[in-house]
Amino acid sequence: MMLKIVDIIPLFVVIPLGAAFLISILGKYIKHASDVMVFISSTLLLGFSIYSRISLGHIEGKALVYKVGGWVPPFGIAMVLDGLSSFMLVTVNLIAFFVMIYSLNYMERYTDKPKFFTLFSLMVCGMNGMVLTGDIFNMFVFLEIASIASYALVGFGTEAEELEASFKYAVMGSVASSFILLGIAFLYGFTSTLNMADMARILSYKQNMYIINFVSVLFLMGFGLKAALVPFHAWLPDAHPSAPASISAMLSGVLIKTLGIYGLVRVFFNIIGSTKEYLSILMFLGAVSMLVAVVLALSQWDLKRLLAYHSISQIGYIALGIGLGTPLGIFGGLFHLFNHSIFKSLLFLNSGAIDYTLGTRDLRETGGIAKVMPVTSRTNLVASMSIAGIPPFNGFFSKAIIIIACVEAGYFWYALCAVIGSILTLASFMKVQKFTFLGTLKERFIGVREVPLGMRFSMVSLAFICIIGGLLVIPHFRFFIGDAMHVILKGTGYASVVLEASR
Amino acid sequence: MVLYFLCLVLFCIGLYGVLRKRNIVKIIIGLGIIEYAVNLFFVLLGYRFYGRAPLHAVDQKILNMVDPLPQAIVLTSIVIGLGITALLIAIAIRIYERYGTFDITKIKRLKG
Repeated sequence: MMLKIVDIIPLFVVIPLGAAFLISILGKYIKHASDVMVFISSTLLLGFSIYSRISLGHIEGKALVYKVGGWVPPFGIAMVLDGLSSFMLVTVNLIAFFVMIYSLNYMERYTDKPKFFTLFSLMVCGMNGMVLTGDIFNMFVFLEIASIASYALVGFGTEAEELEASFKYAVMGSVASSFILLGIAFLYGFTSTLNMADMARILSYKQNMYIINFVSVLFLMGFGLKAALVPFHAWLPDAHPSAPASISAMLSGVLIKTLGIYGLVRVFFNIIGSTKEYLSILMFLGAVSMLVAVVLALSQWDLKRLLAYHSISQIGYIALGIGLGTPLGIFGGLFHLFNHSIFKSLLFLNSGAIDYTLGTRDLRETGGIAKVMPVTSRTNLVASMSIAGIPPFNGFFSKAIIIIACVEAGYFWYALCAVIGSILTLASFMKVQKFTFLGTLKERFIGVREVPLGMRFSMVSLAFICIIGGLLVIPHFRFFIGDAMHVILKGTGYASVVLEASR
Repeated sequence: MVLYFLCLVLFCIGLYGVLRKRNIVKIIIGLGIIEYAVNLFFVLLGYRFYGRAPLHAVDQKILNMVDPLPQAIVLTSIVIGLGITALLIAIAIRIYERYGTFDITKIKRLKG
């Protein structure tokens, strides 16, 4: 029996939601039930996301609409699978799969594995729903599902610092959500519809600069806080290091991008229609994030905190690339989004491995572990070179594309900022290499062993993707990012594509 | 118009509570006020004075009816707010167990 691709779309939400439900009920009573179920659900999701991405290539108009309950848009809730959604789906589920495999071993240290996997599945459900939905209020609901799960996961260890970070994150996150909801209320009051495509259609002929400007500011604050762009970044360096390492990988790898960057792009480009002013604000925020965060990162001694600051900095690159608004810039931004999710989750998984074996992640206490943990040290080298933009690895290609796009669009200063940011990134990762992996091994760490198989498998696979990731620029594979880029470039033309596909 | 203005005032009171108060419990109450303000605003958008429920009956002409969609949306939003509040209170209780205080100026082990 072959599933039609349209019927796969709701499964991206149903599978993780069902898994979360079953794990929370059965996980307590049956040993290994939670492991088996989360493995099955993540594998299915990864398979379906890749299958849907490949099938989308054969479809006219590159958009599929699933009508929930049979209501034809603009009524009811629609789920839209287009190039951008599909790109995000593959990214989210790829990272979720490897993080899941890693967690099977890593989470043995914590007491309650079933609860962890319940929250993990809920977070994946929220992110999948967020990228698939075509209804703006539904988007808010999924955003909150993912956010609440992540607040709980940040405080999962229930140590004093973790609770503090979780509280800070939860308060700032809920204020951001309120701003987003307020923006949705204004848009609904103005257009009398909730369907994103219909909203874009109405906004294209019903102009009111006051409301549009006000709503844009609300969304910029809300999604900017979720994406941790620089004036709104204060929660991230606390929240990401406090979570268990596998969750830090999810948060830094995909959550800030799905909730923040994807939300911004969808609302600004596809619904409101981007103007030059908003794009220049986005570019400015991107450039500021890039430089400020990387300077702050240089002085950190906690490995995970250093990585968290780099997340802000790399989000800046993505915002700068997308904010350029030229095809090349958007391509670079999206490519960097994919690459960053790969190498940043790998770096966080490495930090988790170091924490797992040594019991510390302070750079001053570690040293010389390259000999005892060869897999961790080699994969970390690959990831460090990727994030710093050394040529054969994927980070180089995306950063180069963003810088070339800046120069091409005439923004030399931003290009210079990007280069400086990249150099400082290299410097801070040389510090990590020097203090963690090179040098002499401390006496108390002499007996340590490499981490278990599941953790090694995830790290090696992600490192492999880092090495071959650059292949995505060659014409044969370019459709993966190219289709997403076309959705953004089409702007409010999104409306006609979706309404056409939903007939 | 006065109603919308009061709604804005309510929102600002909530924001003030979140930003300025030092007690964790008061911050949570502030968040609650923000949520109520947004929900109230959403309901107001669909409200019509002297309107009636949008039910269609035989040989009746509906002239002025209330928009039901915001009410359905606000119900969802209230439930989400409940979830966040419950989680925050749970975290606040755990914080009190660890630090022995609700004062955020004394809860600052994170730095950098």
